[in-house]
Amino acid sequence: MSAETKDLASAPLVRADRLTCRFDVSRPWLERVVAGAPRQTLTAVADLSFEIARRETFAFVGESGSGKSTVARMVVGLQQPTSGDVTIDGISMSDPRSAAAREKLRQRLQMIFQDPFASLNPRWRVDRIVAEPIRAFGIADGAAAEQRVAELLQLVGLSRTDSRKYPHEFSGGQRQRIAIARALSANPEFIVCDEPTSALDVSVQAQILNLMRDLQDRLGLTYLFISHNLAVVRQMATRVGVMYLGRLVEVAPRDELFARPRHPYTRMLLDAVPDLDMVGRQRKPVVGEIPNPISPPGGCSFHPRCPLAFDRCRTELPVMTDSAGALVACHAVADGRIS
Amino acid sequence: MNEPLLSVRNLRVEFPTRRGILTALDGVSFDIAAGEILGVVGESGAGKSITGAAIIGLLEPPGRIAGGEIRLKGERIDNLPADGLRRIRGKRISMVFQDPLTALNPLFRIGEQLSETIQLHTGMKPAAARERAVALLTDVGIPAASRRIDAYPHQFSGGMRQRVVLALALAADPELIIADEPTTALDVSVQAQIIGLMKRLCREHRVAIMLITHDMGVIAETADRVAVMYAGRIAEIGPARDVIKNAHHPYTQGLMGAIPTLVAAAGRLTQIPGTMPRLDAIPKGCAFNPRCPHTFARCVVERPELLQAERSRAACWLHAKAAI
Repeated sequence: MSAETKDLASAPLVRADRLTCRFDVSRPWLERVVAGAPRQTLTAVADLSFEIARRETFAFVGESGSGKSTVARMVVGLQQPTSGDVTIDGISMSDPRSAAAREKLRQRLQMIFQDPFASLNPRWRVDRIVAEPIRAFGIADGAAAEQRVAELLQLVGLSRTDSRKYPHEFSGGQRQRIAIARALSANPEFIVCDEPTSALDVSVQAQILNLMRDLQDRLGLTYLFISHNLAVVRQMATRVGVMYLGRLVEVAPRDELFARPRHPYTRMLLDAVPDLDMVGRQRKPVVGEIPNPISPPGGCSFHPRCPLAFDRCRTELPVMTDSAGALVACHAVADGRIS
Repeated sequence: MNEPLLSVRNLRVEFPTRRGILTALDGVSFDIAAGEILGVVGESGAGKSITGAAIIGLLEPPGRIAGGEIRLKGERIDNLPADGLRRIRGKRISMVFQDPLTALNPLFRIGEQLSETIQLHTGMKPAAARERAVALLTDVGIPAASRRIDAYPHQFSGGMRQRVVLALALAADPELIIADEPTTALDVSVQAQIIGLMKRLCREHRVAIMLITHDMGVIAETADRVAVMYAGRIAEIGPARDVIKNAHHPYTQGLMGAIPTLVAAAGRLTQIPGTMPRLDAIPKGCAFNPRCPHTFARCVVERPELLQAERSRAACWLHAKAAI
C-alpha cells in the first residue's frame, strides 16, 4: 500500500467546512412594500464545521429548531448550503466541477427518515421499494435483484416472503426495517439517520437501535445520527455534537460528553432529561426557552438562559476552542471560569 | 382517607366494528388517592388514552363502556346521563391533552377562554372571573399575566401554551386532572419545566393527577405509583421506584431494559421479540405469553389476575405461589 492510499483511509470520510444555511422567511413582496417591512432571513445553520471518521457514528443532538435536520439534508445534498461546503471522500457536494464524481458518490450515501409511514410509497410492494436503488444505480436486474432483495429482508430481520406485501401490512417497527433494507440495498458506506426511532415505541426502538449497531459492525458503515433524545444518542454515538440555534456549542467523544459536559447548555440539557434514575430526585430548575431564530440574541446565542453569562457573552460570539479533549464554544469555559 | 378519590373496577371498553367487537380495555382495575400522581405507561395501542377517556366520559363513539364501574369518591360516574356528566367533567375531573395548540381555541383570547370556564363551573361574575384567570396564569408561571391574558394562543410558545392549558384545567379547582401525554410535544428543557410545574400544582392544590405517557423517564420523575398497561390490561401496578427498579412482570422487565439511559453502560439493549398483539388477535390466557421468556402451560390457557409481588402487583402466573 502506497503512502497516499494509506493517507486516504485514515482521512475523515465526511468533512463539513463552515456550513451555513439561511432561509428567506419574508412576507410576500406586496405586503412588505405596503407595510414598509424589510426582508427577513432565518439562519437555520451558521458556520458549522465538523468531520466524521470512517466507521464511526457521529451524532447531532439538540432541541427543535436547533438546525440538526437542516445539517443532515445539506450533508446528503438535499439542501444547498448558502455558504460553506461538505466534502465526502474528498468530493465536494456543491462544486459544479465535481458533478460527475458526485453522481458516483450518491450510490455510497443513503438516508433513513423519521417517519416510516411517510417514507415508503404505499402503492408499491416491498420488493419494488427495496429494489429501487438497486435498479436506479444499475447494480442488478431481474432475478439477481430479486435475490438481493430477499437477502436484504433477511438481513434486517424480515422474511423473504414479505417482499410481496404492501407497506400498510406492516407495523411501524417493521416499516423502519424496510426503510433500512432500502437504504442498504445499494451497498452504501455512509448513512444519514434523521431521528430514525423517534416515531417508534420503546421496545421497537430497542430492536431498531440494536439492528443498526449490528449492521454497522457487519458492513463497516459510517453513520451521521440525528436525534433530540440524549439517551438514544448516548446509546449509538462515538462522538457527539450539541447544537443550539444553528450553531455547534460542543463536540466531544461520547463518554467525555456525558461524564463531563462543559458547555452550560449541554449541562442544562443533561440535567433536564427525565431518566429512569430520577425516581424521587429533585432536579435543578431549567430557565427560559429557545429564542426566535429570526432574531437570535447577539453574542453567544445562549447568553439569556446561561447562569454564567457576563458582558463579553452578550457582545462577542465565542469560537470553538479545545478544552482537554472536547471542542467548546463558550467564553466561560475558555476563561477557565468553569472546568 | 380510606376511600380512594377515584376507583376503577373491572373496566371493559368495547368498540363494535363491522368485523366484530374489539375489546380495547379488559378488566382494568386501579385506584387513585387524593393528591396522588398515578403514572399510566404503555406502548401505543396499550389502552392508556382509552382509560383516561373512559373516566372523563369522552370515549369516541362507537366506543362504549361495556362492563365494570368507575367511582369518584364513591359515586358512580360511568353511567351518568349527559348533563350529570357535564357537572363533573371540567369541574371535578379536568383534562390536559398532548397538543396545547389544539386544546385552545385559536379565535379567542386566552383570558376569554379561562373566564368562560371559570364562570361556567363556579358561577362567578365576569370581573371576578377575570381576576381569578390572572391569578391562575400567574400561578402556572406566565410572566406579566395581567398583560398576557389578552393575547391569543398563537402568540405563546409551546411551553407557555401548555401552561395556559394547565391553568384551564385548574380553573374549577378539580379533584383529579387526567393528563394525556402533556409533555410529549415539548422540547426536553421545556418538558422539565412543565413536569416541575405539575408536581408543584399537585402539591399546592391537593389535586390528584393521572399522568398518561409513553415516556418512562417522565414517570420516574413525577409519579408516586405506576400502572403499566399491555394490550388493554394492566400488567403491573405499584410504587414508581419498585416498578422501575424491581419490576415483577416479564413485560415490565423487558420494557425497562429496552430504554436507553444516561447512566447505565451503553451495551446492547434488551429486546422483547415481536410486537404487541392487535386488538382483534389478543392471545388466550396471558396476553404477553407469545413474547414472554418464562411462558409455561398455565399462561397459555388461563388469564392471570393482578397478584401480589412484594410491594407491587403483577398480572403474571410466576407470582401465583406467593399469593397462596
